[in-house]
Amino acid sequence: MPEHDTGGTLGTPAQEVGGFLRRRSEQVAQRWADEPLFRTVFTVSRDEAVEAGKAIVDALAHVADTQRVEDPDAAGFTGVREQLARMGAARSRAGLSATQVSAELAALLPPVENLLVADLDGQEPERVRECTTALSVLMGTLRLVAMQTALSEVQALTDRQRLQLLEVATPVIKLWDGIVAVPLIGTLDSARSQVVMETLLEAVVDQHARFAILDITGVPTVDSLVAQHLMKTVAAARLMGAECVVSGIRPAIAQTMVHLGLDLGTVKTRASLADALGYCLHELGANIVNAAPDGAGRR
Amino acid sequence: MHTDAGVEARLPIRSDMDLVWVRQHVRQAAARLGFGLVDQTKLVTAASELARNTLVHGGGGLMEASHVADGGTDGLRLTFSDTGPGIPDLDRALSDGYTSGGGLGMGLGGSRRLVHDFVVESVPGSGTTVRVTSWVSRPPRPREEA
Repeated sequence: MPEHDTGGTLGTPAQEVGGFLRRRSEQVAQRWADEPLFRTVFTVSRDEAVEAGKAIVDALAHVADTQRVEDPDAAGFTGVREQLARMGAARSRAGLSATQVSAELAALLPPVENLLVADLDGQEPERVRECTTALSVLMGTLRLVAMQTALSEVQALTDRQRLQLLEVATPVIKLWDGIVAVPLIGTLDSARSQVVMETLLEAVVDQHARFAILDITGVPTVDSLVAQHLMKTVAAARLMGAECVVSGIRPAIAQTMVHLGLDLGTVKTRASLADALGYCLHELGANIVNAAPDGAGRR
Repeated sequence: MHTDAGVEARLPIRSDMDLVWVRQHVRQAAARLGFGLVDQTKLVTAASELARNTLVHGGGGLMEASHVADGGTDGLRLTFSDTGPGIPDLDRALSDGYTSGGGLGMGLGGSRRLVHDFVVESVPGSGTTVRVTSWVSRPPRPREEA
């Protein structure tokens, strides 16, 4: 078997690829720096792109050495996951779809493959074929790792936002001494309605509220489950000595509730938040007097 | 005229999140077919009730939305199917106030009043299919007195 002059050791194809990547990391990184993926992510300087490329090449070489070219969980990838995620995220922000990002990652293979073939010049065709196969499997795994990382980032973001939504979407607003209001927005599923009930009841205690207004202007659909949640909240508030008023029932919702057969029964309802506030103020004995139209207050 | 894209769909119903998709799709499809705001709201509410039934009682399933036409009138047909335990006593399940799941018991009977056509087929042990259809600008069906 002809011995390659710089390669020296002839292990498995994967190890051969690992050795090649280590020897040629500078050249590979230089070529990658000209590819669209690196050019668009590292816009400040080419050196930065080359450095990033070298880090990835080193990781690939490490994975190849351990003969786990098809394993996305290989230890070698750990170090570059963050960088791959950053690059993927930058491309997504630029408006590329996942498929396009994946295609850009795939475009990294040909330059390396050309280098490898040139490097293996003089070896048996069978050996060359085995090595290029190992390299494409390795690059495929790199692509998988990048997409996996991007996906898990998105998942983490979604989870965070869902939690934030639970917290943020239920502020309790003090409208007047003894009157609090909760503007409900979006879907009232079980988790959200539980949070609404808890925050409202706490506010009733903290603010010594006699009236609580639940405004459903921002709730797109009121079905029987939403109505049930509302009635439970109202009943719990009543046990604590606060009267609830449900406001913001739009005409379409009112008609739908009638057809559905929902009867909010003993619950006070008003068309708008202003009406509800007026009702509560009246019940508290507070009167609002409009200023005289001729500007009497200014004299 | 209308393109069926944006109306025709097969949506899985497996979690609370899927109910959100169902509602959004029905609202968009109904708006696209020219339903007024009140009819859109009725359809979305009926879809929400039926999809929740599919999820809670049927253990998950599927909603199919399709565009139907009768003469010059467009309609939206929604089919909810599951492979759950089925409904043993349909008449009772359709009556207001009867519940097996701790709800208000308005879902099935109530959603029947929100749509024009309502067909429910249930085989105990092998699943339930509810098919509802509503037509653009047609007077609502007369209320049935029990």
